[in-house]
Amino acid sequence: MSWVLAFSPEELTAIRLSLRVAFWAMLGSLPVGIAVALLLSRGQFWGKSLLNVIVHLPLVIPPVVTGYILLLLFGRRGLIGEFLADRLGIVFAFRWTGAALACAVMGFPLLVRSIRLSLDAIDRRLEDAAGTLGANAMWIFVTITLPLILPGILAGMILSFARALGEFGATITFVSNIPGETQTLPTAIYMLIQVPGGDLAALRLTLVSIAISMLALFASEALIERATRRVQGL
Amino acid sequence: MLSVAVQHRLGDFLLDAAFESGAGLTALFGRSGSGKTSLVNAIAGLIRPERGRILVDGAVLTDTARRVFVPARQRKIGYVFQEGRLFPHLTVRQNLLYGRWFASRRGQAGEVEHVIDLLGIAELLARRPANLSGGEKQRVAIGRALLAQPRLLVMDEPLASLDEARKTEILPYIERLRDEFAIPIVYVSHAIAEVTRLATTMVVMSEGRVAAVGPTAEIMSRIGLFPLTGQAEAGAILSTRVAEHDTRFGLTTLRTAAGDLRVPYMDLRLGAQLRVRIRARDVMIALQPPQGLSALNILPGTVAEIGETDGPSVDMRLDCAGQPLIARLTRRSVESLGLVPGRRVYAVIKSIAFDHQAFGGAAPGTPGADADTRHG
Repeated sequence: MSWVLAFSPEELTAIRLSLRVAFWAMLGSLPVGIAVALLLSRGQFWGKSLLNVIVHLPLVIPPVVTGYILLLLFGRRGLIGEFLADRLGIVFAFRWTGAALACAVMGFPLLVRSIRLSLDAIDRRLEDAAGTLGANAMWIFVTITLPLILPGILAGMILSFARALGEFGATITFVSNIPGETQTLPTAIYMLIQVPGGDLAALRLTLVSIAISMLALFASEALIERATRRVQGL
Repeated sequence: MLSVAVQHRLGDFLLDAAFESGAGLTALFGRSGSGKTSLVNAIAGLIRPERGRILVDGAVLTDTARRVFVPARQRKIGYVFQEGRLFPHLTVRQNLLYGRWFASRRGQAGEVEHVIDLLGIAELLARRPANLSGGEKQRVAIGRALLAQPRLLVMDEPLASLDEARKTEILPYIERLRDEFAIPIVYVSHAIAEVTRLATTMVVMSEGRVAAVGPTAEIMSRIGLFPLTGQAEAGAILSTRVAEHDTRFGLTTLRTAAGDLRVPYMDLRLGAQLRVRIRARDVMIALQPPQGLSALNILPGTVAEIGETDGPSVDMRLDCAGQPLIARLTRRSVESLGLVPGRRVYAVIKSIAFDHQAFGGAAPGTPGADADTRHG
């Protein structure tokens, strides 16, 4: 069976890139995700339901469409992409950062939803109690709210990470399939099954993909359980 | 010194309450829905009244006319909530010290130990709230509020969610709090036994308004307030001092201004001060000093006031050497005995009528008050 796991350098690159893209997609979207979840859970403002719909849009529209919209917005000649490239030197188009952006957008609804649900479930009277003890809004958030929603944050992060590992349509549309730059596991597998004799390599990467995903889910279950027990004080 | 005047509308309910109170424990007493919790929430800054003015120790916390509203976190008002509201993710120690991070003055060295010791929670420090009993949780909640250096302590039905045994466990701690700390306490309750045991001042609330304010003993002896303070448990409160123990018969003599009371033996040192509630339904009236009667307590006095009623029973206030005593008789007895204000009578009370509910611990604010008073 040793031949099954004899990875070529290109395959190893795809695995490493996939993990890097998923990791940064998850981490980069986390602060924004928490902020948006807070807005949706506690904000009272005009256009709240519109924001909610926009956040959930990547879940329901075809990934190709999401990828195309990203291309229009963040491409070299895109509305935001041109500004970012000229003023800040940040380029997404056809870079691994673009893959991470596509994955972040696709995983965003899952991240926000998970955090928002745990925010909704919090006993806000605990925050009042912290207020009577002298804590200001910032301190209440850091010492009470954040620890209490930690299981929800962890769950959201894992979902976002897993979604990023599997992301295909938006990524390939936005940043194409460049080995070593934007070729992640799914796009690599897709390419391998298109070419003659690529079956074995495709199978190898498929197994790796399944292994990473299962590992992530197991780890998340354990983490979430631990965090939940901690929060409930058990 | 606390001064409160608040008007606030909550749906159909109008809270329109004003009172002033001083040191010691002020009880806000009334039925559920009488506006007690809304009133203390306004004091603590958790709700912003439509109109009103709230002062604690001369500091203006709310004054809608001058657009003053100090936020809750700057009020230095310790709040003990009905459900404790301990932070579930923190240990007991972390809960206790939470408010200290923000307290402007550090407090004396050893204060934390003193509070932990006073509340008997030293063994719980490493635990989390989920592993505490209801009584333990409330003691930790009290400690947490105290250690935030409050200038006023607000307690919203802190015993309501506990069973009788746990209540009996906590009451002595609240008494010690009242007697050992110089912090005034506002205590919300609908349980008359708690209020008569703990309160220095009583604020009776009804339908969002203050029906009466005054010293607890005086409020409890007002016949006109019985519909609000509770008919069944109505009774006078007497300040007493332990005068004598009779080991042979297992009796303790309590001295009051109205005369001596003999009650079942109490494990208290001579001279200890004690509040006693004598329920109106436990008092009988005789026109002559009774002879050949089993009851041990006979207090002479005069009829001071007879309540008005169309029902079968009548409440009357007696004046026993300046001490008010309440008696409940049938209307028929009142008529057949010819009881009218000014009439000299003898109040008869069975010793057995004094159950543990009748005693109220050391009287507040009196010199020599015995903080170790414990009962049943």
